Amino acid sequence: MSHSNIIEIRNITKSFPDKVVLDNVSLNVKPGEFLTILGPSGCGKTTLLRLLAGFNNATSGTISIDGKDMTDIPPHKRPVNTVFQRYALFPNYNVYDNIAFGLKLQKVDKRDIEQRVKRALKMVGMTDYEHRDVESLSGGQQQRVAIARAIVNRPKVLLLDEPLAALDLKMRKDMQMELKEMHRSLGITFIYVTHDQEEALTLSDKIVVMNEGRIQQIGTPTDIYNEPCNSFVADFIGESNILNATMIHDRLVRFMGIDFECIDEGFGENREVDVVIRPEDIYIIRNAEAAMFRGEVRSCIFKGVHYDMIVATPDGYELEIQDYNAFEVGTEVGMLIKPADIHVMYKERTENHVRGVMTDATHVTLLGESFECEAQEGIVAGMEVDVAFAFDAVELTDDSDDGTSWGIIRFILYKGDHYHLTVRTDDGENIYVDTHDVWEDLDEVGIKISPKSLRIKAL
Amino acid sequence: MKRIFTNGYLLLLLIMLYAPIIIIAIFSFTESPVLGNWTGFSTDLYANLFSGGVNNSLIDAIKNTFIIALTAATASTLLGTIAAIGINDLRYGKRRVMNFVNNIPILNPDIITGISLFLLFVSLGISQGYTTVILAHIAFCTPYVVLSVMPRLMQMNPNIYEAALDLGATPYQAIRRVILPEIRPGMISGFILAFTLSIDDFAVTIFTNGTDGLQTLSTYIYADARKGGLTPELRALSTIILVVVLLLLLIVNIRSRRQARRAEALSQSNNPRRR
Repeated sequence: MSHSNIIEIRNITKSFPDKVVLDNVSLNVKPGEFLTILGPSGCGKTTLLRLLAGFNNATSGTISIDGKDMTDIPPHKRPVNTVFQRYALFPNYNVYDNIAFGLKLQKVDKRDIEQRVKRALKMVGMTDYEHRDVESLSGGQQQRVAIARAIVNRPKVLLLDEPLAALDLKMRKDMQMELKEMHRSLGITFIYVTHDQEEALTLSDKIVVMNEGRIQQIGTPTDIYNEPCNSFVADFIGESNILNATMIHDRLVRFMGIDFECIDEGFGENREVDVVIRPEDIYIIRNAEAAMFRGEVRSCIFKGVHYDMIVATPDGYELEIQDYNAFEVGTEVGMLIKPADIHVMYKERTENHVRGVMTDATHVTLLGESFECEAQEGIVAGMEVDVAFAFDAVELTDDSDDGTSWGIIRFILYKGDHYHLTVRTDDGENIYVDTHDVWEDLDEVGIKISPKSLRIKAL
Repeated sequence: MKRIFTNGYLLLLLIMLYAPIIIIAIFSFTESPVLGNWTGFSTDLYANLFSGGVNNSLIDAIKNTFIIALTAATASTLLGTIAAIGINDLRYGKRRVMNFVNNIPILNPDIITGISLFLLFVSLGISQGYTTVILAHIAFCTPYVVLSVMPRLMQMNPNIYEAALDLGATPYQAIRRVILPEIRPGMISGFILAFTLSIDDFAVTIFTNGTDGLQTLSTYIYADARKGGLTPELRALSTIILVVVLLLLLIVNIRSRRQARRAEALSQSNNPRRR
C-alpha cells in the first residue's frame, strides 16, 4: 500500500434493500488536499462521507485511512473528525465544553485542553465565547464552534458535510474564505461535500463529481470546468450550451447544421458526440453578415457584470450567451465561436439498450411490463434479448397509468432544440428520452414505445 | 343568560367530578366512624395513621405499595428509555410498527392485562407474590415511559450521537454524556407517571398478588370495604395520597410547560432571519 495517499477508497459499493447508493467507487486522496465531493442530492456523496467517518458500513470494498484498513474500525477510533450540516453541537454543554469534549475523552491535561480550546476558538474567530450557551448562538456562530470542536482534536482528515448549506448567502461567502484560510494554515486534508458547484470551484484543489452513485469525473476546478468529460458534468458545473453534434473528422465538428473548426482529435470519423460551449465563449456581433451563424435575441437580462441573453437561430436552436454589451430583444445578431472554445465529449450512449425476455412472438417483457413488438426472425418465446430503441422513440404521457410502463423524471438536460430526459422506470432501470415537451424534475410519467421502433437481438 | 348557563354547566360538571374526593378530604378531619357524620373537627385519624393506632396490615399495605411502585417505576424507566432509544433508531416503517405495538398495552383494559399476566405466571409456574406483582407493574408501566421519552428523542438532532462517536466517545459514553442529558426530562416525567400508575393500580395487582396475603393499598381498601364499612383512617390516607398525586401532577405539568417554552425560545433563536 502506498503511503502517498492519506485515503484510499477501493471499489466501494453501498446498497440498501431497495437501492444502490454507491456503485463501485474508487478514489485516492493526497495528504493536505482540499477535496470536494460534488453532486446533486441523492448522488451518494453524503453516504461516501459517512462511510469515511464510520457511521455506516460498506456492502463491499475497502477504505483505508493513513495506511490502515478501516473496515472494522468504529467511528470513535478513526483519525477523522466531522463537521455536520446541522452543526450537531451538544445542547447541554456550553461552547467551551463542546470544544473540549474530544480532548477530555482523550484525557488530555487540563491546562493543555484550555490552551488548545482557546487556540481553536481564536482560529474560528470566536474568542470570548467560551461560556456562552450554544443554543444562544446564531447559525454561523454555531457552525464555527462545530468546526473548532472538530479541528481541536488535530484529526488527520477533516470531513465536512455541506457545512454551509444552512447559512445565508453573505455568511456563506465569508465562511468559504475562512475555511480556505483554515485549510492553508492547518495543513490537514479536507474532504468537503456539497451540491453547490460554485462553492466547489471556489474552495477545492480537486473536485470529484458524482451522480447516481458513480464518480463522473475527478479533476482540478479548471479541468472540470473547461474539460467536462460528459454532458452531466458540463451541465452541472456552471452554465453551458450542450448540443448534439457529429465529429466529421479530426478538428471538424458539425452542429446546428454548420461545420465548425475545433481543436479536438481522436474521436474517429462521422461519430456522434456532444459539444459543450460556455455562454461566455460565444461572441455576439451586430453585423450579422460577418458571423458564422445568425439569430434573434429572445431575452436579455442584466446580471451585474454581464448580460445573460437567449438567442434563437432560424433552425430552432436556443443558445445562452453572456456578453458585456446588451442587445435588445428582437435584434438580429451574428455569432462567432472560436475553435478552442468548442469542447467535444463522447456520448455515453446513442440509444437505449434494455434487457428483456420474449413472452411470445410479438410481445417482449422489459422494464417490468409487457411491450408489443414486431415479430422477428429467429426470436422465440422465452429468449433473453437485448432491446434497443432510439431516444425519440419513447412517448411520455402525463398520466402514469396511461403508458405501458411508468417512471419518474430524474434528470433534464436541455440540448439547444430539445430536452434529453433520464427517466427512472418503476423497476429501477434508466431510460433516456428526447422530447420537445417541457417536463419537470420528479414528474411521474407513463412510458409508451411504438412496436416498430423496438429492435430486438438475442443475447 | 347564555353565560350563566355555560358557567353553571361547568360548575355542575366540576362538582360531579370532584365532590367525592372533596367529601373524603373534608370527612378525614372528623372522628366519626361512619362517612357523612360530622362529629367535630379533629386530626385524630391522621394521628392514628402515624402512631400505629391502625392495624398492622394497613401499614404493611402502604409499605408494599411504595416498595412496588418505586421498584416498578425505576425498572420501567430503565427499560422504557432503552426501548425508546432503540425504536427511535429504526427506519420509518419499522418505527411506526413498534410505536403501534407499544400503544396496544396502553389501550388494553387493565382487567385483560391482569388476567393474561395471571395466566402467564401460572403457566410458567412462578409462585405469585411480590415478584409477580412487580413484574406485572413493570409490564404495564413501561409503554408509558416509552411514550414520554420518545418526543424528546425525536426533537433531538439525530447527528449529536454520531458527533459524540466522531469525537472519540464509545457508544456507551456517547449515550451517557450526550443522549441522556437530552432525554432526562422525559425520563423523569415517565418515572413519575409510572409511579402514580403503580400506586393507583387495582385490577392487575388483584390478579397477580397470589394467595399469601400480599396486599397493596388498593387491594387492602377493597378487602376492607367488603368486610363491612371502611376503616375511618382510610379517609385520612386517601387525602394524603390525593395531595401527593396532586403535587406530582403539578410537577410534571410545570416541567413540561417550562420545556415547551424553552423549545419555543430555541426555535426562535435558531431562525437565521432574526439576527
